[in-house]
Order: sequence, then structure tokens, then C-alpha cells
Amino acid sequence: MKLVIAIIQPYKLEEVKEELYKSEINLITVSEVLGHGRQMGVTEVYRGHKETGNLLRKIRLEIAVNENYVEPAIKAIVKGAKTGEAGDGKIFVLDLNECVRIRTEERGPVAIG
Amino acid sequence: MINGADTVFILFSTSLVMLMTPGLAFFYGGMVRRKNILSVLMQCFIALCLLSLHWMFFGYSLSFAPGNVFWGGFKWAGLSGVGLEPYAAYSATIPHQAFMIFQMMFAVITPALIIGAFAERMRFSAFLAFILLWATFVYDPICHWVWGEGGWLKSLGVLDFAGGIVVHTSAGIAALVTTIFMGKRKNLEHTPSPHNLPFVVLGTALLWFGWFGFNAGSALAANGLAVNAFVATNAAAAAAGLSWALLEWIRNGKPTVFGMVTGSIAGLATVTPASGFVSVMSAIIIGVSASVLCFIAVSITKPKFKYDDSLDAFGVHGVGGILGTLLTGLFASKAINSAGANGLFYGNYKQFFIQLFAVIVVVIYTFVVTFIIYKLVDVFFRMRVSEKDESMGLDLTQHHERAYTVLE
Repeated sequence: MKLVIAIIQPYKLEEVKEELYKSEINLITVSEVLGHGRQMGVTEVYRGHKETGNLLRKIRLEIAVNENYVEPAIKAIVKGAKTGEAGDGKIFVLDLNECVRIRTEERGPVAIG
Repeated sequence: MINGADTVFILFSTSLVMLMTPGLAFFYGGMVRRKNILSVLMQCFIALCLLSLHWMFFGYSLSFAPGNVFWGGFKWAGLSGVGLEPYAAYSATIPHQAFMIFQMMFAVITPALIIGAFAERMRFSAFLAFILLWATFVYDPICHWVWGEGGWLKSLGVLDFAGGIVVHTSAGIAALVTTIFMGKRKNLEHTPSPHNLPFVVLGTALLWFGWFGFNAGSALAANGLAVNAFVATNAAAAAAGLSWALLEWIRNGKPTVFGMVTGSIAGLATVTPASGFVSVMSAIIIGVSASVLCFIAVSITKPKFKYDDSLDAFGVHGVGGILGTLLTGLFASKAINSAGANGLFYGNYKQFFIQLFAVIVVVIYTFVVTFIIYKLVDVFFRMRVSEKDESMGLDLTQHHERAYTVLE
């Protein structure tokens, strides 16, 4: 079991979701986060007070998958989120120790999908 | 002779109409994605600043000075000769400047209405140039034709009580032109765009409230006609809001808040030219017709033609304004306003064709001149923001601000 975490551009969320559905990956968690990488944020000015290097709004996806869905998940995210510009985001893949479906108390790979 | 009650009424109506532009800002602002709300608020408010000055420097003169049949000329530029005595050709009982500032608020909100068509993708500098040129070369001349002393459409007998042609038809057609040439917004294939429907409702409330000044104030006196316009305005808005909700209920299964308020605005826009010429019962029929036709324009026709009139400036104001102008030609009655004319239903079929002719002329003129202004501004300022700026949002890229923080 793996946990795939992806940080993507907010406006790419719909495309990524669509690609994931095509790969039969339907269970995702989405949260809104702030951050910046090489893009180095943006400048904001409030009544003349300048703030540089501000954080940009990003979307964080969390997807728990069984081994055979790891590559499809990565491919789908890349396909949906890639523009070739700085700021497209990152994908992190982590080992996942346990998964419990609360409703049935099932555990392990069967609880994921 | 200056009448105190009339003057108070017009100054109060002016304040109401002024409030419509911020109302419009929230009405539109709630409909865009949250990365763009400040850009919409900014466009509406700066229109209030820029076009107020335009009006005093030369806009009022171009529109209302007694020039020739096509424009007013520069006789009253810088408000020269526009004093505190009444100018009888427009309003015999209020100071000339009261009439001037009442009309100013119309000149402000009309170009602001077009914002709905190009929201979320226009460069701010291009926006400023566009609305200034549009106000000067589209609004001011049309205003003179229909309302100005000696205006040629006015002489033909066109009825437009508060701006069905001058305001809503012109802004609606300009919206159609800009949305066609600007193209669609990016990354909107899936996401429904309204980010804050409560703002849309707040904006509608302010617009409805302000519209009493817009229509009743157009009587230019605190009299029975103003009351007729006031009641007719409310009647049409109510009938249109309710019938839009019912239409959605039947067609889509649920009545929506967004639909109901859109219907109300369609009713208000449509009754605008008619409010001082028709009975209250006619206004209800006008409200229901507005709802049905604008519903078709927004929910059925627009998706078919695939143009991205972001906030339905054409579908609601253009369609409503044209419909209202034509319906005025059917429902107008001299029993309501002796200075007006009878419509087709009261035995004067000619009035309908006069209305139709005015609509056709204004649609063609607006279409052509807006297109020219669009191309001109595009050459000097580039209308559309870069793709990257568009995806980051206009708030950050055009104004270096954001509306909502995520962290403290």
C-alpha cells in the first residue's frame, strides 16, 4: 500500500480528477494549501506596504492506493497537471502501514478500494 | 421654479442609482472565482470614479447639450452653463445640476454592466481605455439620440423611460461583442464559477433597491408617475424572480437561489424602459416574459453557441433591454403617462415599429462602434491578460492583492 501525495496548481484540479477517474482511481482527498517552490511566490501590496515572496495557493491531493495502482495514479496526475512551467508541483509516494475502513473495520489492501 | 420635494427626490434617487454600481460589483463579484473578485470590484468602482469625471468634463455635454440631432457637442463641457437654475427642456422643477448628476449615475453603471462579459480575463489598463472610449463614443451619442434635446430617435417618438435602449440594450450588445472577440476563459470546462452566492444575493438586493431610484427617479419629479414607475418596477422584479424559480423547478428539478436572483435582475432590466408608460398589471406580464426569454438565452441558447459571456451581461441585460423596449411598444398607455404614447395593445401599432426601429439602429451602431473600440484598444493595450496571469487570477496579477487569506 502506498500513499500518493501530490501538490498541484489549483486550476489543474479538475483535469487531474478526470485523469484519475479514467484510471479507475475514485477515492481522493483534496485540501487547499499554501506554498512555493522555484516559482518563489508573488508580490502583494497593501496601502503601499509591499510584501514579497508570498505563498501561492496550491492544491494537495492524497490518494491511498494498492501497489498496482501506484503507477497509474502517478501517470494520471502528471497528465492532468503538467504544463511545463515552473509551479506545476510535485508528487510524493510514501509507504502506507495500515488502512482501516471505519464502517466495516476491514483492514489492509481490501479497505483501500 | 425649483420645487423642494422634486429636488430632494432626485438627489435621493441619484444616491440610490449610485449604490447600484457597488451593488453590481457584488452581484458580479460573487459570480467569479475567488482569485478574481477584487478585479471585478475594482473595475466597477473605478468606473464610478473615471466616468463621473468623464461626465462632468464632456460626457454630459455630448449627451444632453442642445447640439444637433446626433450629439450634444461641447457647449456644456466642464459643466459650463450647467448651473443651479432649472433647464426646462429636461426638468422644470429641479436645479440643472441635479438632473446632470442623476444622469451621471446612469453613465457610470452602463459601461460597468459590460464587465460581466469579459470578467476574469481583461487587462486593467485596457479596461480603463475601453470604458472611457465606449462611454464617449457609444453611450453619449445613444443617450443624446434617445433622451437629449433634439435627439433624432426622441423626435421619432421612441419611448425609453429609464434606459431600456440607452442602458441595457447598448451595454448588452457591447457585452456580446467583447465576449465574442475576447474568447473563453481558461480552465473553466468543469468548474462552476460562482465562488460566493451570498454576495450575488447581496448585490441583487442593492440593485433592486437602487432600481427604485433608477426608474421612479426617471419621472424627474415626486409625482404620481414616479409612483407608477416605482410600483411597476417592483412588480416586474417580483414576477420575474418567482417565475424563473418556477421554470428551474420544472425544468431542472430544484429552484436555485442563483436562478431566482438572476430572474429578478432580468425583470428589473426589462421593465426599465416601460416602467413610466405601462400599468402595474402590464409590468407583471413584462416581468414573466423577461424571465422566460432570458432563461432561454442564458440556459439554452448560450451553451449552444458556446460563447463565454462570463456573467450573462448579454443574456440578462441585452435580451432584457431589447425585450422591454419592444414590450413598451405593446403595453404603453397614455392613461398612465399622457406625455408618452399608446402601444399596439392600445390601438397604436406604429409605436411598436418605432420601438423596433430604435432597437435595430442601436444594436447595429453599438455592435460596429464597440468592435472598432475593441480592436483599437487591443492594439495599444492588449485586451487579454497572459495565460499565466489568467490562471493565477487577476487580483494578484493586476492589483497585487488577494481578497481572502488562508493563513492568519
